[in-house]
Amino acid sequence: MARRSTPLLRRLLTPSPSPTPSTPLAGAASRRTVTYMPRPGDGAPRGVTLIPGDGIGPLVTGAVRQVMEAMHAPVYFETYEVHGDMPTVPAEVIESIRRNKVCLKGGLATPVGGGVSSLNVQLRKELDLYAALVNCFNLPGLPTRHDNVDIVVIRENTEGEYSGLEHEVVPGVVESLKVITKFCSERIAKYAFEYAYLNNRKKVTAVHKANIMKLADGLFLESCREVAKKYPGIQYNEIIVDNCCMQLVAKPEQFDVMVTPNLYGNLVANVAAGIAGGTGVMPGGNVGQDHAVFEQGASAGNVGNEKIVEKKRANPVALLLSSAMMLRHLQFPSFADRLETAVKRVIAEGKYRTKDLGGTSTTQEVTDAVIAKLD
Amino acid sequence: MARRSAPLLRRLVSASSPPALQPLPGHGGGLARRTVTYMPRPGDGTPRAVTLIPGDGIGPLVTGAVQQVMEAMHAPVYFETYDVHGDMPTVPPAVIESIRRNKVCIKGGLATPVGGGVSSLNMQLRKELDLYASLVHCSNLPGLPTRHEGVDIVVIRENTEGEYSGLEHEVVPGVVESLKVITKFCSERIAKYAFEYAYLNNRKKVTAVHKANIMKLADGLFLESCREVASKYPSIQYNEMIVDNCSMQLVSKPEQFDVMVTPNLYGNLVANTAAGIVGGTGIMPGGNVGQDYAVFEQGASAGNVGNENIVEQKKANPVALLLSSAMMLRHLQFPSFADRLETAVKRVVAEGTYRTKDLGGTSTTQEVTDAVIASLD
Repeated sequence: MARRSTPLLRRLLTPSPSPTPSTPLAGAASRRTVTYMPRPGDGAPRGVTLIPGDGIGPLVTGAVRQVMEAMHAPVYFETYEVHGDMPTVPAEVIESIRRNKVCLKGGLATPVGGGVSSLNVQLRKELDLYAALVNCFNLPGLPTRHDNVDIVVIRENTEGEYSGLEHEVVPGVVESLKVITKFCSERIAKYAFEYAYLNNRKKVTAVHKANIMKLADGLFLESCREVAKKYPGIQYNEIIVDNCCMQLVAKPEQFDVMVTPNLYGNLVANVAAGIAGGTGVMPGGNVGQDHAVFEQGASAGNVGNEKIVEKKRANPVALLLSSAMMLRHLQFPSFADRLETAVKRVIAEGKYRTKDLGGTSTTQEVTDAVIAKLD
Repeated sequence: MARRSAPLLRRLVSASSPPALQPLPGHGGGLARRTVTYMPRPGDGTPRAVTLIPGDGIGPLVTGAVQQVMEAMHAPVYFETYDVHGDMPTVPPAVIESIRRNKVCIKGGLATPVGGGVSSLNMQLRKELDLYASLVHCSNLPGLPTRHEGVDIVVIRENTEGEYSGLEHEVVPGVVESLKVITKFCSERIAKYAFEYAYLNNRKKVTAVHKANIMKLADGLFLESCREVASKYPSIQYNEMIVDNCSMQLVSKPEQFDVMVTPNLYGNLVANTAAGIVGGTGIMPGGNVGQDYAVFEQGASAGNVGNENIVEQKKANPVALLLSSAMMLRHLQFPSFADRLETAVKRVVAEGTYRTKDLGGTSTTQEVTDAVIASLD
C-alpha cells in the first residue's frame, strides 16, 4: 500500500501549477462494465514463466511485476535467467514454458555476426511460435505525425530469411538461403484471417516482393489467396513491400491487418510502431499452437543501450500493454482492462513519460504512476 | 444481406425523417467501437456448438431474435435446437446429453404450472446439471431513463437448494410442511463463486442477504459460510443485510449495492426487484453456471414466458436474451463478437426509436431485432 500512497502524497504536498486537464479520454477511461459470467475456479492463479533478459529487460519486467502485484492479479511468475551470450536457451526454461504455456520476456541481446544464432529465434523455433503479432495504434493523448493508425502486423516467425542456413561457397562468396514453405505460409495466412475474423477487422493485406522473388514470395501469396477465399467477409489485397513502406509513412490509415513473411514483417512492424509512437509503447507477442510468449511488440530497442540502462529510463509501457494482452490470453479480462486503462491514462496525462515519448521520467516513476492510476 | 437492407430501405422510403444513429452526447466514447489488443491462439475461431431451447410463450420469439443476430454477425456459433415445453414430465435426456456435450446452452423460459405437484423443468435442468449459481446483472442502460441512476448490481443466487428443494408433504390433511434445506456445502460454494466473481471483475463489495434473525440455524449457516470465504478475500468489502431491509434499500438507495450473494428464494425476489428498478426484466442479462456447464437465459425470471397478449402481438423484448447471448459469447471466448453485439443493442436502446412495450415503446420483437442488426458494425 505504501507504494500507492507515495506518489499520491507527493502530489498533495507539491504545489501543482495547473489542475490536471480533464482529458477527452475521461469517458473512455472510466470503468468499462461488461457482463461476464466466469466458471467456478476461473480465479485460480496461473503460473507464467518470466525471462528478464538483457539490457533494459530486467527493468521493464520488474515494472510488470510491480503492477501485477499492485493489482493482485491471479498470476505468479517463475523467473529464469537467460542471456543473449548463452549458447542455447536452457532446457529448464523450455520445460517451464511448456508447462505454463505462457511466458513474458524482455529482449535477449543478439551479437552481430560471429555465427552465433539468436536466442530469440531459437526460442520461437523450439516452441514453434509461428506467428508474431504487433498492434501499432495511436495512444490517446500522445501526438504523432499520423493519426487514426490501427495496424496489426502478423509476421511469420520461423522461416523465410531467418532460416539460419548460410554457407560460404568459396572464400569471399556466401550464400544465405531464404526458405518459404507452403505449410508455414498457409498457417500464418490462416492465423491472420482468423485474427481478423475474431477481432472484427475488415481487411488483410499481404506484403511481398513477388515481382523479384517470383517463386518464394509467389508461394506465400498463393497460400494467402487460398485462405482469403474462405473468408469472403474480409477484404484481401496485396502490396509490394517497397510501396508498402512508402504507404506506411504517407497514408497509414489504409492498413488494418497485415500478413507478412519473416523479414518484411520485422521491418514493417518496426516502421508501423515508429509512426504511431515508437517501439517503446507497442504491445505484441509470439503465439503458436500451444504456447504464447509476450514481449515488447516490435523488436527495435528491446534491449536498449547502456545509457538507458544506466539511467534506468527504459519505457515500460510496451511490456505493460503486452502483459495486458497476456492477461486477456489467460482469460482475466477485467484485470487486463484495468491495466490498459491505467497505462493509457498515464500516457494521456503526459506527466510521466520516458525520453522516447519526449519526457524525462524514469521507469520507476512511470510504473508508480500506473499503479496510482489503477482503479 | 437483404435482412440488413430492408430496415434501411424502409427508413429511406418512409415519410418521417430517417433516425440517424448518432452517438449520445456524453456517451460518444462509451458507445463507440472498443479496441482491445487480443492475441488468439490458432484455432480459436472454430465454430462452437450451443444447445438452444426455444421454450414456451415468448421463448421462441426471443431465441429466434438471438439466432438472427448471430447469423448477421457471422458469429462462430451454431445452434442445436431442442423442443422442450413446461408441460413435459421431465427434460428429455437427448437435451441433457446435448448440453453435456456442448457445455453451453441458451434457452427461453419454460412455463411452470402453479400448484399440482409438477416440478418445474427450469429447476430440473439446474439440478440435473448442478448449475449452482444463478447470476443476474442489473445496471442502468445508457439512454433509458429510470427512477434510479448509478445502479450496477450483480445478484448471485444459490440455485439448487433452500426453499426450492421440492420437499413438501402433507402431515395431516390441511397441514403441509415444506422443507427449506441449507447445507454447508452449497452455501460455501455459492459464497466462493460470489467472491471469485467480485475478484475477477474488480468489484469492491459483496453483500450477503439473509433472514438469520428468524431462521437462525438455516440462514445462520449460510452466513457462516459467507464469512469464512470473506476472510480469504481481505480486499473485498463484505457486509450482511436482512432481506426485508435489503428490499427497502434496493428501492430507495440501490447505488450502495455491488455484488449480492443470496440463498435461493431471496435471490429470486432480490434479482427481480433489482431488475425492475433499472428498466425491467425484459432487458437484464443473466444465466446459470456450474462447475462444467453454463445455461444462459433472461436474467431475472419474472415474465420470461410472457403472457398470451405479448405472444400474439409478437411484442416480446429480445434485449435481455440478446445481452445474455453476448455474455455467452464472452463465455465461449469470442470477446470481439460479444462487444459488437452489446454495443449494437445498447445503441438501439439508447436511441429509443425501437422499444417494446415494457420500455414504453410500441415496437415488435422483429423491429427491435432488425434495428440491432442494422446497428452492428
